[in-house]
Amino acid sequence: MIWQFDIIILIFMVVAALIALRVKDLLGATLVFGIYSFLICLLWAGMGAVDVAFTEAAVGAGVSTVIMIATVFSTARRSKD
Amino acid sequence: MEFLATGFFEEYIVPKFNYWIYVILMMIGLFAMITKNNLIKKLIGMAIFQTAIILFYVSIGVKAESGIPILGHEQHHAIVEEGQPSSEVIKKDKFANPLPHVLMLTAIVVGVSTLGLALAISQRIYRSFDTLEEDEILDQLRPGGHD
Amino acid sequence: MKLFGFIAVFIVGSVLLVMTMDFPGWGDTSSPASQGQVSSFYIEETINETKVPNMVTAVLADFRGYDTMFETVVIFIAGIGIIAVLRTFSDHSSPAPDEPEEDNEGGDLIIRSTCHLVVPLIQLFALYVVAHGHHSPGGGFQGGVMLGTSYILFALACGLPAAKKRMGERRAIIIAAVGIIIYAGWGVACLLFGGNFLDYSSLDPLLPGDAQMARSHSMLAVEIGVAFTVTAIMFAIYSNLATRGRLEKGL
Repeated sequence: MIWQFDIIILIFMVVAALIALRVKDLLGATLVFGIYSFLICLLWAGMGAVDVAFTEAAVGAGVSTVIMIATVFSTARRSKD
Repeated sequence: MEFLATGFFEEYIVPKFNYWIYVILMMIGLFAMITKNNLIKKLIGMAIFQTAIILFYVSIGVKAESGIPILGHEQHHAIVEEGQPSSEVIKKDKFANPLPHVLMLTAIVVGVSTLGLALAISQRIYRSFDTLEEDEILDQLRPGGHD
Repeated sequence: MKLFGFIAVFIVGSVLLVMTMDFPGWGDTSSPASQGQVSSFYIEETINETKVPNMVTAVLADFRGYDTMFETVVIFIAGIGIIAVLRTFSDHSSPAPDEPEEDNEGGDLIIRSTCHLVVPLIQLFALYVVAHGHHSPGGGFQGGVMLGTSYILFALACGLPAAKKRMGERRAIIIAAVGIIIYAGWGVACLLFGGNFLDYSSLDPLLPGDAQMARSHSMLAVEIGVAFTVTAIMFAIYSNLATRGRLEKGL
């Protein structure tokens, strides 16, 4: 649980959250949200919460990203803001 | 000014820095849910909010220099096979707190269920209104009227 | 509208930031959460009462098994809700498509071959994660989600009709319901043997070993129930969302 590692990952997470909300192409926003889920899984693995990290890797970076992409493909691709 | 450089950093910033970032993440998610126009962006904001809260909750159970909440092989052997009392073999401070992990496992799975149902409803809205922007949907519901 | 949102978020955020000054430091072992009685009991007594080294799985499936049962019900309701919101049934008298019905799988050759190699390994690992949840990180949810995503991978690589032959809509709902019946039925079996609901130590006459091993075996049984439900619902959610409810042609 090295604090330098934690700080770098947390800053990346804030940047990823801001990017996911600003990008107008919805497919890109969904993929950046997948990056956010993966970074939070790394953070939990560093904290010692291995069960939670396992679940988040399977659910957040797996199923959640896939169903969001499925919805974006079935509906509009770009957003106005 | 030297004491400000070393003692201040380790005493005030390093222990609390993580909590500030969690609060910032929560507020990013909340802001997105309130102000964004597109429905999918609102859902991304909701998911960011949920994962930030779960992150904060799990961080309560962190202990410095502790391992994962699973007993090692030799400790398991010592307690089960040889019958040593568990309060001597298990040092409480060497294991992370398992209780927040359990509660947050449920929270993650409930979060993905909510996300799936919200995406299904937004597809249904797209089928009826042919758009996913909130102001266009409100215009179609109340033609001409502006709230 | 944006200004009001910003003001509200700013006020809430600053109140929360000021409150973080009162928190115990990061990783403090003398914080009230770490010294509490409940977590100390879980850390020290789990191995004596259930003989399971993984404390998180033991608390999830045995000490707090009631929560887990209702969480499984929540996943089931989400799946049923998605089917209810999105599912449309086209008329049976629709005109026949131009190309003839294909029985073999669609998709590219390279992707199909890789999928045939990789999906059995994923499923084997998922079953390992479910069964080995007592000794390593894992358990019912993680293994169930992996098993569900193996079906999603198969649907993405080889086309949705091929995946529908292996896990159609009817089969998915039945498997999900069987998972919950296993979990709740195990609790009722504990009632029939004289204990409380979900009190596994009363199943001692039925399962091999002493009372603590009965709890360990029962945890495996309810984790299998959870894995069934999660697998079926993950694939049902994907197949409904990807085809807009029509279940004809996938992504």
